[in-house]
Amino acid sequence: MNHTMELVIGAIFINNILLAKFLGNCPFLGVSKKMETAVGMAGAVVFVLTLAGMITWLVEHYLLAPFGIEYIRTMAFILIIATLVQFVELFLRKSIPALYQALGIFLPLITTNCAVLGVAIINIQEGYDLFDAIVFSAASAAGFGLALVLFAGIRERFETIRVPKQIEGTGIGLVTAGLLALSFFAFKGMI
Amino acid sequence: MSASRLVKEFSKGLWREIPPFRLVLGLCPALAVTTTAENGLGMGISATFVLVCSNGLISLLRKVIPNEVRVACYIVIIATFVVCVEMITKAYFFELSESLGLFIPLIVVNCIILGRAEAFAKKNGVLLSRADGLGMGLGFTLALTGLGAIREFFGAGTLGLVFGEQVFFDQPFAFLQQAPGAFVALGLLLGLMNLVGGSRGR
Repeated sequence: MNHTMELVIGAIFINNILLAKFLGNCPFLGVSKKMETAVGMAGAVVFVLTLAGMITWLVEHYLLAPFGIEYIRTMAFILIIATLVQFVELFLRKSIPALYQALGIFLPLITTNCAVLGVAIINIQEGYDLFDAIVFSAASAAGFGLALVLFAGIRERFETIRVPKQIEGTGIGLVTAGLLALSFFAFKGMI
Repeated sequence: MSASRLVKEFSKGLWREIPPFRLVLGLCPALAVTTTAENGLGMGISATFVLVCSNGLISLLRKVIPNEVRVACYIVIIATFVVCVEMITKAYFFELSESLGLFIPLIVVNCIILGRAEAFAKKNGVLLSRADGLGMGLGFTLALTGLGAIREFFGAGTLGLVFGEQVFFDQPFAFLQQAPGAFVALGLLLGLMNLVGGSRGR
């Protein structure tokens, strides 16, 4: 139980996937201009990342490893993620239209979100068992969501302040992300 | 197709649309691996290799690939070249592959590569697409090496790529080596580029 708690807190706060591991920065800067889009993206990532973490683990241990073809892992995983995203999209559209409405446009973007592939590969490299892999994937996704929503909250305030013209948009966004990352450093003492 | 067009497509990646500054794509590797100039250079070259190969092949197959499933096809093509890079670096540049680690397989989802396939290679000839890929790749390499050099020089006081083991500062500004420093350095560099370049990028 203790080990699981450590995994969760570590993934959300200490080694936050966005701010400490630099995975998934393109959507981080792309969709964080408005709160609603940030929340939508965060929801979609939590959903897909947890599923992808589980499925890629199963594929690695029951398909790639027995046949000794781990060297195509990158290719296999990205195909699984792309297919999974398509399936999730179809499934949601048919059965949970309300959720599809909310997450719809963010789903295709997730295929090229490096957080998903990154976490799937970390699960294998760290040698997690299935339960740990699912917990770690879900916690990483939660960390992604937390950082994204926090960042969107800060970024909305830029609407009302004057920023030097040269650094407008992405420039000031990156500097702010740096300060947010710095504040997350304070969690380092937790474990 | 004239030679001037070829030069134009090649050179736009070096300044006018240089990623990741003007074209804000591929930020994750730009932030993560640039703790030293050497890592930045290694990452840049790997990405350039994949970009040139995938742009060429996608352009060659642009009339064969059906429009509906094109993204999946592009990803398979890109993933193939990434696996090649992964194996080559593991075999011949082991230290580099250790320090880049996770970010070599993650070239697959580098938005620059898929972005160039979608924006350029699917509409243009093989030679032009390769020139575009090479230009963009070299621009990316330049940016990553530059950012890496700044972070290494001020953050660790060394510049391993040029000066070897020589240490310049006793107490460097270690913030730049850490995660937050990466964001701040990239953001300020972006502002500096806009200041020098005059017009603002998108």
